[in-house]
Amino acid sequence: MTTTYFRPVIAVMLRYCYLLRGTPARWIPVFAWVAIDIVLWGFITKFLNSVVASGLNFVPALLGAVLLFDFFTRVMHGVAGVFLEDVWSRNFLNLFASPITIPQYLLGLVITSTVTSMIGLLVMLALATALFGLSFFVYGLALGLFLLILFLFGISLGICTSAVVLRLGPSAEWLVWPVPAVISPFAGVFYPISILPHWMQFIGRLLPVSYVFEGLRTILRGGAVPGTSLMLGGGLAVLYVLLSCWFFKRVFRHAVRTGILARYSAESVS
Amino acid sequence: MSSVLSIRDLRKAYGGKPAVNRISFEVRRGEIVGLLGPNGAGKTTTINMVLGVLEPDTGSIQVDGMDLAACRPKALGRTNFAAVYAPLPGNLTVRQNLRLFGLLYGVKGLSARIQALIGRFDLENFQNVKCGVLSSGEQTRVALAKAMINQPHLLLLDEPTASLDPVAAREIRARIRQFAASGEGGVLWTTHNMVEVRDVCDRVLFLSHGRIMLEGDPKTLPEEHGRPTLEELFIAVAREPLTQEPT
Repeated sequence: MTTTYFRPVIAVMLRYCYLLRGTPARWIPVFAWVAIDIVLWGFITKFLNSVVASGLNFVPALLGAVLLFDFFTRVMHGVAGVFLEDVWSRNFLNLFASPITIPQYLLGLVITSTVTSMIGLLVMLALATALFGLSFFVYGLALGLFLLILFLFGISLGICTSAVVLRLGPSAEWLVWPVPAVISPFAGVFYPISILPHWMQFIGRLLPVSYVFEGLRTILRGGAVPGTSLMLGGGLAVLYVLLSCWFFKRVFRHAVRTGILARYSAESVS
Repeated sequence: MSSVLSIRDLRKAYGGKPAVNRISFEVRRGEIVGLLGPNGAGKTTTINMVLGVLEPDTGSIQVDGMDLAACRPKALGRTNFAAVYAPLPGNLTVRQNLRLFGLLYGVKGLSARIQALIGRFDLENFQNVKCGVLSSGEQTRVALAKAMINQPHLLLLDEPTASLDPVAAREIRARIRQFAASGEGGVLWTTHNMVEVRDVCDRVLFLSHGRIMLEGDPKTLPEEHGRPTLEELFIAVAREPLTQEPT
């Protein structure tokens, strides 16, 4: 029973493995962009450390924040990217005329993204540690919580944006890629959200990632792990995962009811 | 013969205009049923509803006695299809595609099944070639191999020979007849090729304006309605759909 349930999940994962194996260019988004980001920000933090006399070490503050935000981006793009492979290959009719269920499909997207994101994370950790001396011990056990919250929020946004593409048609793909960039000013990746205008702070508090970066800065200032704040961020992230799954299922039902799914190969659907 | 597909009072409308208008029919095990009709008659809409990718407004679809709306995964697990407008992912090889769809359909003994299908559809030379670079005929054979991967009880074929040369089309027809004759399942086949219909189908349904206008044996139906050929009958029904009462 259990093995039978996971066969379609394995199919979704295996398809992406075949694509990675067959097309080396697909490895680029897995680790190349995040690696470039780490190198770029690594040198920026080194430069800042050399010119700012405050004594503040920018490596764990800035480079650590970049690494964590890149991990979140990678997770989100990982989910949406696997989904978009079905859009690009016009595979919806074949896929959804099979016995696969929406929970199985989403589980396949999430597990695939988890594997590719972990590869990206390992590359970033290796580069940041080896080249710029970033030590993750400074974050303590909170690092696990940080990664979990970022992972869950990345999953939720990946599923949500996939649902938007399913609803609006293949041309809505361009909405997927800039989402992390749109979120970053509100998330306080590089600055406390208290410096933002009130309306931006309000949005920031609705974003689980903002609690991660606030927590990171608190720890680096020598404060205690902000347990309550991270619990709130984690709770929001879990809520968003549930909401995004509900949203995807609802969009799928709409697509089946209106015929969008059957006509999906069109450039755009109304 | 038991029924592998039972459709009752099926209706689907877009913006108030019915694409399929309260149709009912059955496909029995071992039977090949031709679904004929002019463009826009509702053939593909019907097939999409049977495949579960389009929800009917009213009516019921039963596959092997299982209601599609209530038991979607189980009903779809006993169904499969091939259509010219649904090619397999072109960036995967023949063997990779068959493995993926075998997993999606929960096929047991998958490696042996893939090997058997590769042999049955003469795909040995292409098994490690990406589907996107195959010719139309080769892609059709791969699509049919995929459609047979789960040994379906109900096989839906939407113009499977549309892009094939006569020799390749004849080979495909022979394989479909072989499938039906084996008693594995029933076939619902749409095509515009009347020679093919007469050659392959045990029964035909003429669909026009979303309604079944005629039903019967393709070999005797033209004579029963005073037309010399199936094609003449098709043209007459397509041109004057509202002058005839549905059967």
